[in-house]
Amino acid sequence: MSDLILTPNIDGADDFYAELLAAHEDLTKEKSDALNARLLLVLANHVGDRSILTAALKAAKAALK
Amino acid sequence: MTKIFEVPLYAYKRSPDQDTDISVRRKVVVIGAGPIGLAMGIEMAQEGIEVVILDDNDKVSFGSRAICFAKRPLEILDRLGCGQPMVDKGVEWDVGKVFFDDREVYQFNLLPEVGHERPAFINLQQYYFEEYLVNRVRELEAAGAPIEIRGNNKVTAIGVHDDHVTLEIDTPEGPYNLEAEWVVPCDGAGSPARKMLGLDFAGRVFEDNFLIADVIMEADFPTERWFWFDPPFNRGQSALLHKQPDNVWRIDLQLGWDIDTEVEKKPENVIPRLKAMLGEDVKFELEWVSIYTFQCRRMEQFRYGRVLFAGDAAHQVSPFGARGANSGLQDTDNLGWKLKLVMEGKAPESLLDSYSIERIHGADENIMNSTRSTDFITPKSETSRILRDAVLDLSEQFEFARPLVNSGRLSVPCTYDGSPLNSSDALIGPARTRPGSACPDAPLGDEFLLPKLGGKFTLLTIDADAPESLEEDGIEVTRLALSVKDDKTGALKERYLGEADSAVYLIRPDQHVAARRPNYDENLMRAAIRRATGKE
Repeated sequence: MSDLILTPNIDGADDFYAELLAAHEDLTKEKSDALNARLLLVLANHVGDRSILTAALKAAKAALK
Repeated sequence: MTKIFEVPLYAYKRSPDQDTDISVRRKVVVIGAGPIGLAMGIEMAQEGIEVVILDDNDKVSFGSRAICFAKRPLEILDRLGCGQPMVDKGVEWDVGKVFFDDREVYQFNLLPEVGHERPAFINLQQYYFEEYLVNRVRELEAAGAPIEIRGNNKVTAIGVHDDHVTLEIDTPEGPYNLEAEWVVPCDGAGSPARKMLGLDFAGRVFEDNFLIADVIMEADFPTERWFWFDPPFNRGQSALLHKQPDNVWRIDLQLGWDIDTEVEKKPENVIPRLKAMLGEDVKFELEWVSIYTFQCRRMEQFRYGRVLFAGDAAHQVSPFGARGANSGLQDTDNLGWKLKLVMEGKAPESLLDSYSIERIHGADENIMNSTRSTDFITPKSETSRILRDAVLDLSEQFEFARPLVNSGRLSVPCTYDGSPLNSSDALIGPARTRPGSACPDAPLGDEFLLPKLGGKFTLLTIDADAPESLEEDGIEVTRLALSVKDDKTGALKERYLGEADSAVYLIRPDQHVAARRPNYDENLMRAAIRRATGKE
């Protein structure tokens, strides 16, 4: 079992972020929220490991101000 | 005290060209004595090419304007003979802090790579930058170089012909006409020259205003770049604090779109904003206040026959990332040697098309990066803002989110991938020195590599045999022979050899790699020289 990666792990971070914003372009807020929900479920399935998903939920909650 | 930007540095003086019946034809005329126009003038004069720089006023730029100069432009200035005063006066910095809401979320250190003569960045007011360039022009003039600056010479009409350009120029003593073999407009984002020729300037307009204030204060803020997202003193907007020489601090405050710029510029409105940011007790004096909006756009082509546009006249970016003046200096770096070879009949005119191709490649990279920064700093939609704020909140605790924080990606030179001047890469070497790349510096004992490359074609050999010089159709190439035995720090091997045991690089006068191979092959090298000069 591996740990949740919390150090930089995306090659071309700026390219990724631009692609993420582009995916949301011209969507209503409602559609954007729906897209984000689908995206996180797709990514969660890719990760698969239950303990990593639990750790990811915890990390995301910790950063909720 | 009179500020340097209040003193006429190139006051109007009548030129004999104003008193002739037939227009005098000059070799190169540069329009605009800003940082880019002055650099272009020096490029030409250093090579003995006659150049006249026209400017519609007689002073350096008012206020600090461009303040952040990156390593590559400093290396170019070294080649132009005026890098040292810039570095001596400039403020070096490595540390940046990012604030979100009312807290510091993280700090970073640029950790500049060692083994370079020049620092990653200096901060220097544009007026000093221009003053030192003017000093260099004066030095060249005194040494007999064919260069002059004509202050208060405003170009009012441009006529482009097959073999020359005509200019109508207005002066305090009335108009005169001048001809030029080549014209290089460096007259800024609003380029009157571009408008006179009816050329397009397409791109994105950003609906935002930024207040810039230069503040003189004795403050014990460290020499760091501080950037705030959504701070309490400027809700919903951003702010930047950055140090310049002479205890001048640069403050940028985002104001949003629906504001009255004349009202916001008034000291009685600016001072309370600054006090909210700096603290009530900090004593400061306002040196300069301005409000700017920005756009990201460029011309479709930078070459229009015998008119070659450079700097903001050709391309405009948002200020985030310091890509304006820095990229303009890379324009003239690219253009100078090409124009010289064409004027000397050593290269076809079509070589100048590669200036447009290569620098459009650079401009597009700069526009992309500065647009992304702008989109992060000023989210366009509610979802963009939610994502942006998520990145900032995560960055406080988790390192992974920090590369996503974008308050400006600082200027680095672009690699001319796909340029028609490149030969295909024949070395299994480092990616950073592939054909098209700007040569990275490296220590050579007590000296450095880049000054040895100078401004001419060089055959750089590392543990490889080659003739000391060769000439191909008028292009002279001189060898610089190096060995890893003298490479105490290992930087040369790391940057130019990688896994290879030997290398032969053909390096252009602008210190970009044209070709590289593991060993010298005369026929292939001659072909590479022809290709790098637009002959293949």
